[in-house]
Amino acid sequence: MLNVGKIEEGFVLDHIPAGRAMYIYKHLGLDKLDCMVAIITNARSQQMGKKDILKVECPIDMLNLDVLAFIDHNITVNVIKDGQIIEKKKLQLPREIVGVLHCNNPRCISTTERELPHIFYLADEKREIYRCKYCDVKYEENDGEQF
Amino acid sequence: MRHLLTPQDFTVEETRQLFLLADDLEANPGKYAHICDGRKLATLFFEPSTRTRLSHETAMLNLGGSVIGFPSGNVSSATKGETVADTIRVISCFADIAAIRHPKEGAATVAAHYSTIPIINAGDGGHQHPTQTLLDMQTIRKLKGGLTGMTIGLCGDLKFGRTVHSLVESMSRYSGIRFVFISPDELKMPDYVTDLLRDRHIPYTEVTRLEDAIPELDILYMTRVQRERFFNEEDYIRLKDFYVLDEKKLSRAKSDCYVLHPLPRVNEIAPEVDDDPRAAYFLQVRYGVFVREAVILELLGLAGDYQF
Repeated sequence: MLNVGKIEEGFVLDHIPAGRAMYIYKHLGLDKLDCMVAIITNARSQQMGKKDILKVECPIDMLNLDVLAFIDHNITVNVIKDGQIIEKKKLQLPREIVGVLHCNNPRCISTTERELPHIFYLADEKREIYRCKYCDVKYEENDGEQF
Repeated sequence: MRHLLTPQDFTVEETRQLFLLADDLEANPGKYAHICDGRKLATLFFEPSTRTRLSHETAMLNLGGSVIGFPSGNVSSATKGETVADTIRVISCFADIAAIRHPKEGAATVAAHYSTIPIINAGDGGHQHPTQTLLDMQTIRKLKGGLTGMTIGLCGDLKFGRTVHSLVESMSRYSGIRFVFISPDELKMPDYVTDLLRDRHIPYTEVTRLEDAIPELDILYMTRVQRERFFNEEDYIRLKDFYVLDEKKLSRAKSDCYVLHPLPRVNEIAPEVDDDPRAAYFLQVRYGVFVREAVILELLGLAGDYQF
């Protein structure tokens, strides 16, 4: 059994599908934060067979959980304070995502007027479809560079 | 402050009120001839669309207001690189309401965000054109006596045609509506429209030949099939005549199956159809003015001033 030390304040992101930890590390912007991060890959899981885990020591208001919910709302988020789990957050798809995704529709006003914030809204919760607030074009994962 | 960016900005009940007001504007034009005295409509047409611009301007003039604006992007500050946000902030100081046409999708949404006056989206690229949808609906309502219980056929380019997407979405809010989508496979209705219909349990069928579908229709909405939408010339030549309406095809339709078209028409409706009493496409243009008058009054908060 591999042991990784406890964290005092931060997050433990559990039940990440195996192989996705680095992807989430990047898109949560953890590479830009000056904080301790433990990345565990291919951990044994009764539920999933194999899973990844991220342990992040940081102030608990520092992470944008909307981004995480957009990537995979099935990830378990344990919020840690004073070395204890104080909350298990159930992620929900955010109603709106601002400044994270970029619209790649060349006919969209946001592609020519660069100062406009890129905003996507949850158009279809059942099918997990997000659309650009300006042009309503559906966000496709392979459209952009970020996700 | 209220804007009209998509047809769904008005609820079903608000849309009904809007159409009743349009009826009264048509029946009693004198009653409204000075209601907008001293008010100005700005028509900001970043791309030319003569019919839509003149329809909005006529609507405002009929209400006693006046009109300022520009007919195309190359005579505005957009050519100097001014943003939509800045343009509308400036125009807000001059006019009481603005109709904006722009080649980029979402331009009207941006304008509405920064504007201090009501915005009418007069077409933003291939995205939305709500007054077109409202006038299509008013035409159907006037001809059929209501907006419920009918089979609507939409024919031609259903993939890229914003007017058909918007009309289907709007008409799907009414009961007893059934759709027949008539198009080549290359130009079928996109998934997001058919998904919406499935979610709302609204029946629809998809066919490739107009002749097969026409006998069951109560409304036939024609659109243009453009050569450049096809991958190869052979397919275009093979399919194009399927989507041309002539008297022979129309002879198979019901006697009260009205034919609509957003115009401009090129060759998808033969001129011989123009004399058929079921040809309603020029009537749409006429109703368009009354609907736009009603929209202007509603957005300016003047609709309640008159009992109708």
